[in-house]
Amino acid sequence: MIDKTAASAEAAVADIFEGASIMIGGFGLAGMPSRLIDALIARGAGGLTIINNNAGNGETGLAALIKAGRVRKIICSFPRQTDSHHFDARYRAGEIELELAPQGNLAARIQAAGAGLGAIFTPTGNGTLLAEGKETREIAGRQYVLEYPIRADFALIKAHKGDRWGNLTYRKSARNFGPIMAMAATCTIAEVSEIVPLGALDPEIVVTPGIFVQRIVAVGGVQRDDA
Amino acid sequence: MSRLSREDMARRVAQDIPEGAYVNLGIGLPTLVANYLPRDREILLQSENGLLGMGPAPPKGQEDGDLINAGKQPVTLLTGGCYFHQADSFAMMRGGHIDICVLGAFQVSTRGDLANWHTGEPDAIPAVGGAMDLAIGAKQTFVMMELLTKQGASKLVETCTFPLTGLACVSRIYTDVAVFALGAGGARVVEIAGGLSFEALADMARVPLIDARASLRETGA
Repeated sequence: MIDKTAASAEAAVADIFEGASIMIGGFGLAGMPSRLIDALIARGAGGLTIINNNAGNGETGLAALIKAGRVRKIICSFPRQTDSHHFDARYRAGEIELELAPQGNLAARIQAAGAGLGAIFTPTGNGTLLAEGKETREIAGRQYVLEYPIRADFALIKAHKGDRWGNLTYRKSARNFGPIMAMAATCTIAEVSEIVPLGALDPEIVVTPGIFVQRIVAVGGVQRDDA
Repeated sequence: MSRLSREDMARRVAQDIPEGAYVNLGIGLPTLVANYLPRDREILLQSENGLLGMGPAPPKGQEDGDLINAGKQPVTLLTGGCYFHQADSFAMMRGGHIDICVLGAFQVSTRGDLANWHTGEPDAIPAVGGAMDLAIGAKQTFVMMELLTKQGASKLVETCTFPLTGLACVSRIYTDVAVFALGAGGARVVEIAGGLSFEALADMARVPLIDARASLRETGA
C-alpha cells in the first residue's frame, strides 16, 4: 500500500540536511507552509539555499528561518518589501547571498527542472542587468536569454486537501508556486489542511498528481480510507 | 496650467482600456486604474500571483489570506474568475495573452525602453518581481507616471540612466501633463492637459517631441 502520510511535520523534515537546497512555496504568506518551516527550524539544519518568490514577510515562515540564521543563499524575484526586515538585515551584513530572477523566469526555470529540460530561452530580462554575461540567441527575429533550470533537494509546499497517494488540490491564490515546485524537487513535502480518503478528491480537480509528491502532512486532520 | 491628479491620470488610462481586454495593473499608481474602469465594459484584471477576474477589496472582516493581489493585499474574485499557478500566470504575460499592462516607471526612453525596477544605488536591495515579464510580454505596455521628478527632471529621456526593465516595450505613457505614443520614430504627443502649449511641454520634457495631436485623434490610434 502506498501511504505518503507523515506522522508529523517534524518527521516529514527529519532528513533535511545541512546545506540542502529547498524550494518553499508561497507568494508572501499565501501558500507558505509555515508548519513545515517551523519543523525545519526546530530540526536545525543550516547553510540552506532557499528558492521562494520573496525573502520572508514579518516574523513567521521563511522570515523566521532567515532570522534563525539558517539560510546561506536565496534565489527569488522580490526580496525587498516593507516587512522583509530579517532578510534586509542579513543581506546588508553580507550573511546571505542573493540571486535575483524575474518572477516569470523563476517560474519557468522551476518548471523546466520539473519537466526534465536542459535549459530555456526566455525573452524576459534581455538587455538588462539580470541577463548580463548570459548567452543570448536570436530566434525568429527576437532576442532570447539562455537560462538554466532550478532544481532542489526538497520542496516544502502548502496545499488544501490531499490523499495518501499525494494527490493535491489548492485553495485560491495560495496555489502560486506549489504545483511547479512539487515537480522540481527530489523530495516534495506537502502540508495540507486535511488528508482525505483515496477517491474523495474528484480526479477532475486534482491539480498536483501524486507522482510529484513524496510526503504529505495534515495540519487539520487525517481521515483514513476506512473512516 | 492644470496638471492631472493621480486619480485623473487613472481615469484617463481607464478610458483607453477596451471592452474584453485582459489587463494587468502594476503595483502602486497603476492600481488606481481599477477604480475607474467603465462599468459597462467587461474587462478582466489579471494578478501575477495567479488570479484572472480579480475583484475589489473585500468588506472589512471578510479578508481571506489565501486570496491576495500582487501587492499582497486582500482582494476578491469576480464571478467567472479563476485561479492558476505561477507558470501559467507568466505564460499569460510572456505568451502575449495579456492585452495591456500598466506599469509605473522611473524613466522611459523615447523609443520605449523602460526603467522601473531598480535605482541602481549601491545600498539598494534590488527586487524585480514580474516587472520584466510584464513589460516585454503584454501586447501593449502602458506607463503611468508624473512627467517630472520631484527635482524637476524629465522622466521621458533619450536614453535611460537607471537599470533597464525591458527594451523598446512601452507603447504609451500617460502623465500628469500629456499622453505620449512611443515607437521607433520617437515620442509623439497624443494629447496635452488643459492650458499647456506644445512648446511649453517640449521645454518640460527636454527630448525631441512630435506633435501628433491632430493625426492621432483622427485615426483614434
